[in-house]
Amino acid sequence: MNFEQWNGFNKLGEWTKEIDVRGFIQANYTPYEGDSSFLVGPTTKTTKLWNEILDLYTKEKENNNVLDVDTKTPSGINRFAPGYIDKDLEEIVGFQTDKPLKRAIMPNGGIRIVEKSCESYGYTLDETVKKIYHNLRRTHNDGVFAVYTPEIRAARSSHLITGLPDGYGRGRIIGDYRRVALYGVDVLIADKQDEFATTDSDEMTDEIIRKREEIHDQIVALNELKEMAASYGFDISVPAKNAKEAFQWLYFGYLGAIKDQNGAAMSLGRTSTFLDIYIERDIKNGVLTEELSQELMDHFVMKLRMVRFLRAPEYNELFSGDPVWVTESIGGMGIDGRTLVTKNSFRVLHTLINLGPAPEPNLTVLWSKNLPEGFKKFCAEISIKTSSIQYENDDLMRATLGDDYAIACCVSAMKVGKQMQFFGARANLAKALLYAINGGRDEKTGKQVTPRFEPITSEYLDYDEVMVKFDNMMEYLAKTYIKALNMIHYMHDKYSYEALEMALHDRERDILRTMACGIAGLSAVVDSISAIKYAKVKVIRDETGLAVDYEVEGDFPKYGNDDDRVDDIAVSLIKTFMKKLEKHHTYRNSRTTLSILTITSNVVYGKNTGNTPDGRRDGEPFGPGANPIHGRDTNGALAVMNTIAKLPYEYSEDGISYTFSITPATLGKDETSKVNNLVTMLDGFFTQTGHHINVNVFDRQLLQDAMEHPEKYPQLTIRVSGYAVNFTKLSREQQLDVINRTIHEKI
Amino acid sequence: MKARIHSFESFGTVDGPGIRFVIFMQGCSLKCKYCHNRDTWDLCGGTEYTLEEVLEKIEKYKNYFMPSGGGVTVSGGEPLLQIKFVTELFTILKNKNIHTAVDTSGNFIITEDIKKLIDLTDLFLLDIKCINDEICKSLTGVSNKLELEFAKYLSSIKKDMWIRQVIVPGITDKEEDLLKLREFINSLNCVRNVEFLPYHDMGRFKWENLGLKYPLEGIRTANIDDVKRARKLVLE
Repeated sequence: MNFEQWNGFNKLGEWTKEIDVRGFIQANYTPYEGDSSFLVGPTTKTTKLWNEILDLYTKEKENNNVLDVDTKTPSGINRFAPGYIDKDLEEIVGFQTDKPLKRAIMPNGGIRIVEKSCESYGYTLDETVKKIYHNLRRTHNDGVFAVYTPEIRAARSSHLITGLPDGYGRGRIIGDYRRVALYGVDVLIADKQDEFATTDSDEMTDEIIRKREEIHDQIVALNELKEMAASYGFDISVPAKNAKEAFQWLYFGYLGAIKDQNGAAMSLGRTSTFLDIYIERDIKNGVLTEELSQELMDHFVMKLRMVRFLRAPEYNELFSGDPVWVTESIGGMGIDGRTLVTKNSFRVLHTLINLGPAPEPNLTVLWSKNLPEGFKKFCAEISIKTSSIQYENDDLMRATLGDDYAIACCVSAMKVGKQMQFFGARANLAKALLYAINGGRDEKTGKQVTPRFEPITSEYLDYDEVMVKFDNMMEYLAKTYIKALNMIHYMHDKYSYEALEMALHDRERDILRTMACGIAGLSAVVDSISAIKYAKVKVIRDETGLAVDYEVEGDFPKYGNDDDRVDDIAVSLIKTFMKKLEKHHTYRNSRTTLSILTITSNVVYGKNTGNTPDGRRDGEPFGPGANPIHGRDTNGALAVMNTIAKLPYEYSEDGISYTFSITPATLGKDETSKVNNLVTMLDGFFTQTGHHINVNVFDRQLLQDAMEHPEKYPQLTIRVSGYAVNFTKLSREQQLDVINRTIHEKI
Repeated sequence: MKARIHSFESFGTVDGPGIRFVIFMQGCSLKCKYCHNRDTWDLCGGTEYTLEEVLEKIEKYKNYFMPSGGGVTVSGGEPLLQIKFVTELFTILKNKNIHTAVDTSGNFIITEDIKKLIDLTDLFLLDIKCINDEICKSLTGVSNKLELEFAKYLSSIKKDMWIRQVIVPGITDKEEDLLKLREFINSLNCVRNVEFLPYHDMGRFKWENLGLKYPLEGIRTANIDDVKRARKLVLE
C-alpha cells in the first residue's frame, strides 16, 4: 500500500503492508521527555464553543438531565442527519443524532428498557418502534430471558449476582479507531473481504457460518461509516492527510460505534500518541502551531464530553450520573525502552485546565516508574488541581499485553484491535457468605435462593465449618454465574453484535476474548471471615431460624491496614473464586478473568445485603472496588495501598480498583511537596505491584458545600472506583457515601 | 525490647522532610490544654510492640519514603519517655541509612542517654510551647526552662532542628512574646524551618471520649491570618 497521505512518514516495518497501527506508531512517534512549559491556553474559538456547550449543559440539567430524545429512529451508524452546535466554530464535527446532547434509542439491547427510559424522562416511545421490537424483531434482552434458568433468575433477583448486562449493551469493546485515520475505510473493507473469502471452506460448521455472517455485518458497518462521514462532507475511504483530518477520521470511527451501541462502557483506546505523529508532521511542515494543535485536542475532547446515552434511572442509580467511560489511555513505556509519552499526552491532560475538570473522557495514565519526570510531575499537578485522572500500572500490564493495549471502562486492559471482552458485572461474595451460613436462604427475605443445604445452627460461628460451607456456596455461585454470562453473550452476539467495533479489530482467528467476571463486597466478606477467625461471632436468628444479625466479641484484624493475617484472607479468596470460575466452559472459549471493581455500585450492592459478621450493618455500603470498608483503615494511606497491592493481579487480570482520597493539606505542605509526594506515592504503589488507583485531592468541607449548593460547583469532578463523575450528579446517598468514605486527613 | 505505641501513620507529610513513617509513642507528662491527641497521655495506654515488629512495619514503606527524601519520625505522646526503645530503633535505622526525626517538647535534662539519641537523630522537631514562662506553665503545667536549654544544646552541637509553636489566639500569640521568640530563634544555629501551627479543636472529641472537660472551651481556633501575623513578627 502507498498513499500520498503518508508522505513524510517513516515506512519502516510492516505497517504499509498489513494493518499494523502499532508498527506505524513505533516507526514514527517522537517521545517527549520535557516538562509542561510548552502548553498553551484555549483559543478564542475554543472558549466560545465551550461556553455554548456549557449553556447546553445548563439546559440539559434544567430538563431533568435529558435535553432531548429521538423516540422514532432506532439508532445506527448512519440513521441521522448531521448535527452541529456552531458549524463555524467546530474544528471537529459529528454528533450521535442530528442535534447535540439529543439522545437516541437503541432497542436491539432491549425494548422494555428503552420504553422505561423514555417514560422516566417524560417521553413516549414511537408506536411503530414498539410494535416492531415487541412483535417482529427479538432483542438481546428477550433472547436472554427466553433461555435463563430458574436458578439464574433467583440469583439475579436476590442480588447474589448483580448488574448483569442482560438488559443493556455489554460494552467494553474498543474498536481500533486509529485505523480509520491511518488507512482509510476502503483498506479496512478490502481486508475484511479478504478474510471473508478465506472462510469459504469445504466444511460449513456453525462456527464458520457465524464468522461469515459477522464479517458480512462488519463490511456493511464500514460502508455505513463512510456514508455517515460523507453526510458531514468528508471522504474517509482514504487515509487522513493531516492532523485535523486524523482527529476527525478517528472521531468518526468512534462516533459510528456510539451511534450503533449503547454499551456499558464505550472506551476510546490509546489515541493521543498516535495523533501526535500527525501533529508533529504538520508542525514540521509549517502548517500547524502549538495553539492550533491544542485547539484540535480541546475540540476533540469537547465532543467526547458530549457523548450521551438514553438509560433508565436504575442504571444511573447503580453507576451514578451519566457515565459512558470514554476511556483514553495515556503514556506508558514502549517495549524497546522508549517512553510512549509525547507532547500530545500532555495536551490531552491539559484539556482539564483549558476546559475545566470533567468526568469524561475518562483520562487514564499508564504509569511506569520509568516515565519521564516532567510527565510524572505534570500528571500529579493536574490530579491535585482536578481530581480527574486515574492511574494504572504500565509496568505490570506491559509484561503480558505489550505496549499497545488500552483500558476499557475502568480497569480492563486489552490489546487494541486484538482483544475484546464479554463484560460480566459481578458476584456479591458478601451475600454468598451469608447464604453459606443460612443454607442458601436470603438474609433479607428469607427466601430459598440456591438449592437448599444445611444451614449453620451453632450459637457461635466456627471458622472451619463456615469455610467449608462458603466454599460450596462459591462453587454453586461460580457455576450459576458463568451459565448466565454464557447465555448473555450468546444472545448479545446474536441480536446486538458490535459490527463496527469488531470491524476495527484484527481477523477473527487473532482475536482474544475474555469472560470478565467480578467480585463485589470484597472488604466486607474478608473482614467477616477475619472476625469469625480471630474474634468470636455470635449469631442472632429470627423465629424461622434465619441468621439476621451478628455480635462480634473481641477485636480482629481489619482489611486495609497492611496486616497479613487478614490480607491473606483476601488473596486466598480471590484465588479460590477465580479457580472455581475457571472450571466452567465459557462461550466462544473465552478466557476467564476477574475484576475487583464496583464503580459506585458498592452503594446499591450494600443496600441489598443484610448485616454481615464483621459488624457492617444491613444496607450499609460496601467499600468500593478493592477499598477497605469506610473508616476501618487506621494506619494511613500507604498501609491501604500496601494491602491492595498484595491482591494478585495474575488472578484478577481484569483489574483491581482502588479509590484514594486525600485532603490537600495532608498530601504536603506546599505545592512542590504535594506534587513530589504524589509522584513518590504512585511510584511506590506501582512498584509494589498495585494495579489501579484513582486519585482525589479535596477537602471534605468542599464536598459538603457542593452537596448543599450544587449550583456553585457545576464542574466538580471526583474519581470513584474506575472512573470519574460529576459530584453534583450523584444521588444524595452516593454523595454521602463519598463524603463518609475514608478521606485521608491529618488532624 | 518493647514500647507502648499509640498508633502509626504510614503517610506522614508534615513531620519532617519528604514522606515519613510516623510512630506515635504512647505517654506524655505534659498537660497541654490544646493537645489534639489527649488519648496519647496515659503512660499505660496504647499497644505494646517489639522492636522487630516496628522495624518490620517500617520496612514495608521504604519504597515510598526513601525515594521521597523522607524517613521515620517518632512523635507522640512524648517519645523521649521511652528513650531506650527509640535509641535502639534509631541505631538500626541509621545503619540502614534511613533519615530519623524526633518530635519532642525537649522538656528533659541533657543526660548521656539523651546525648546518645541526639547523635542518632538527623532532625529534631522541637515544640516551643511558649517563650513566656508564665504562659507556658499555665498552658502545659511545666516551665519552658528545660526545653529552651534543649534547643540551646542542639544549637551548640549544630544539630538540625525545626522550631514549631502552636498559635492559640490570645494566649501564645502576644506580640511581645513572639518578638522574644524571634530573638531566641535568631540566637540558635541550624534552625532549618520555623512552623506556626494554627490551634484547632478537632481533637475535642478525644477529650470528651475520655469523659474529660475540654480545657480551652471558649477559645477561638486560629486561622490563616493568625499564622501569617506570627510568621511576620518572628521571621520577617
